[in-house]
Amino acid sequence: MSEDQKSERLKRLWDLAPMFVQGTPHAKFLGFKFVAIDIGRATLSLPYNKKLVGNIDTGILHGGVLTALLDQASGLAAVSSFETAMPVATLDLRIDYMRASKPGKTLIAEAHAYKTTRHLVFVRAVTHDGDANDPVATSQASFMTTARNMKNVISPLARTKAMADLPPATKAKK
Amino acid sequence: MSSLDITEASIAKAISRIPYAKELGIRPLLMGDELTLILPYAPHIIGNPMLKALHGGAVGAFLETTAIVQLWLMGEPKPLPKPIGINLDYLRRGNPKDTFARAVVAKQGSRVANVRVRAWQYRYDEPISILHGHFLLAVNQDKKPVTKSNTKPNNQ
Repeated sequence: MSEDQKSERLKRLWDLAPMFVQGTPHAKFLGFKFVAIDIGRATLSLPYNKKLVGNIDTGILHGGVLTALLDQASGLAAVSSFETAMPVATLDLRIDYMRASKPGKTLIAEAHAYKTTRHLVFVRAVTHDGDANDPVATSQASFMTTARNMKNVISPLARTKAMADLPPATKAKK
Repeated sequence: MSSLDITEASIAKAISRIPYAKELGIRPLLMGDELTLILPYAPHIIGNPMLKALHGGAVGAFLETTAIVQLWLMGEPKPLPKPIGINLDYLRRGNPKDTFARAVVAKQGSRVANVRVRAWQYRYDEPISILHGHFLLAVNQDKKPVTKSNTKPNNQ
């Protein structure tokens, strides 16, 4: 890959990446923020939010919030590792919870797609609250592209339209 | 709490102590001593709007909550168990409809429990996602590990 091609690819990624977070309803719901992107690497952050706590007595974020954050950051790293960015689905995700996150602190997730094949990507990620050497959780995941052909490449416009067309929430039956 | 005292209301109360689970609208369904949790569909749990697929993180959080609530109701009311390490397998796309989950405790030690959880939508035999993982059980204030045997009411 020439320097020109690389900078062109990076420019496209920086244009696309914020949409990849904003255009994902659950990421928007949890308040994920796009931080940075590189080829095969992505960084997201999550400001602390009381609504995302796992135990009302401790104020510590729910493990599932870390799962979602690591999944999203890893997915974005996977998308960016393809020569032409393609949407992906998670095949499996393993998470190790090292310690409780500190209530009130912003979480940062850094993901690295270290191997990409035609359809598969293998990603490692870490979540911390400021010091990458003191991780809150680490993860290992594999992804598969959901694009069967180049017609399914990511389109911000189509995604925004699709978000507006989602079916309404189910009503609780009494 | 013996299994006779467990009601949907008491489980709903436990879930209300988990703000994120409440935020997702997770609610219990109890048949005898068998607990099923329901994750109602809402647009904000979608991960890919083009495919109308549920977010892996939302499904993962739901499975993890199911494991935690199942472990919680098997013991005395006490601090909630904490995840140590979990494996999530995503088998099928989560469609924009309600998801169900049931947990099986494969092994309960004095400190750590091994749990398997299955989430499904249309058919139980066609799970959309499976979790297996280890959870750290709450330790009593006197630092004695909590087990099923030492949480029985003291009759002496």
